[in-house]
Amino acid sequence: MPALTELIIAVFLVISGIFGLVGSYGLIKLQDTLQRIHAPTKATTLGMGGVLIASMLFFWLVKGTFSFHELMITLFMFLTAPISAHFIAKTYMKSNIRPENVPETERDYGWALYDDPPGHSEQDSATPGQPGNVQT
Amino acid sequence: MIAYALIFALGCYGLGLLINLWRIAVGPHNADRILALDTMVINVIALLILYGILQGTAIYYEASMLIAMVGFVSTVAYCRFVLRGDIIE
Repeated sequence: MPALTELIIAVFLVISGIFGLVGSYGLIKLQDTLQRIHAPTKATTLGMGGVLIASMLFFWLVKGTFSFHELMITLFMFLTAPISAHFIAKTYMKSNIRPENVPETERDYGWALYDDPPGHSEQDSATPGQPGNVQT
Repeated sequence: MIAYALIFALGCYGLGLLINLWRIAVGPHNADRILALDTMVINVIALLILYGILQGTAIYYEASMLIAMVGFVSTVAYCRFVLRGDIIE
């Protein structure tokens, strides 16, 4: 195989390894939980992206088979990473930040985490088991 | 050259898994543990694909795709359990 191909694949592998390690190291380096949510996104985007690009190039240029599986995995990771980060932030806020310490939304409705959804009056939300019945 | 880069990347992701394990054991809140488990899933997917390159087979993509889906669902389920006390209402 040509030396240039080998060099490009090796560079992608090394970059992805460094960013994966940085993303995990941020978990012990950063102080607060809400700061720590920031760190693994590096591992998701650049780490996983580098590994998948290196794998795609390896199987395309070295093995001679081209496949789109890696792009599917990348797309899935990029779609699901913000959702899980949002859920983790909500989980932290639910148990550690009181509703009176968050800023006002300056709209008709309050925070979705602490208040009832719009359209739910008080007697509706008193029924247990209703979806959207936030128990603070 | 690819072999050395593969070993380097495998070492990096293995060390990352150990760091995540430490955060799961220590983590003061539930959110820290969920975050460390989510990062662990990402590292395991990267390790599987690196192992696939090392072996020269493309058979590990389906496994990593499945792990990605199950990892996302388990993260959301754990968060919903902590948030609402129930997973499916």
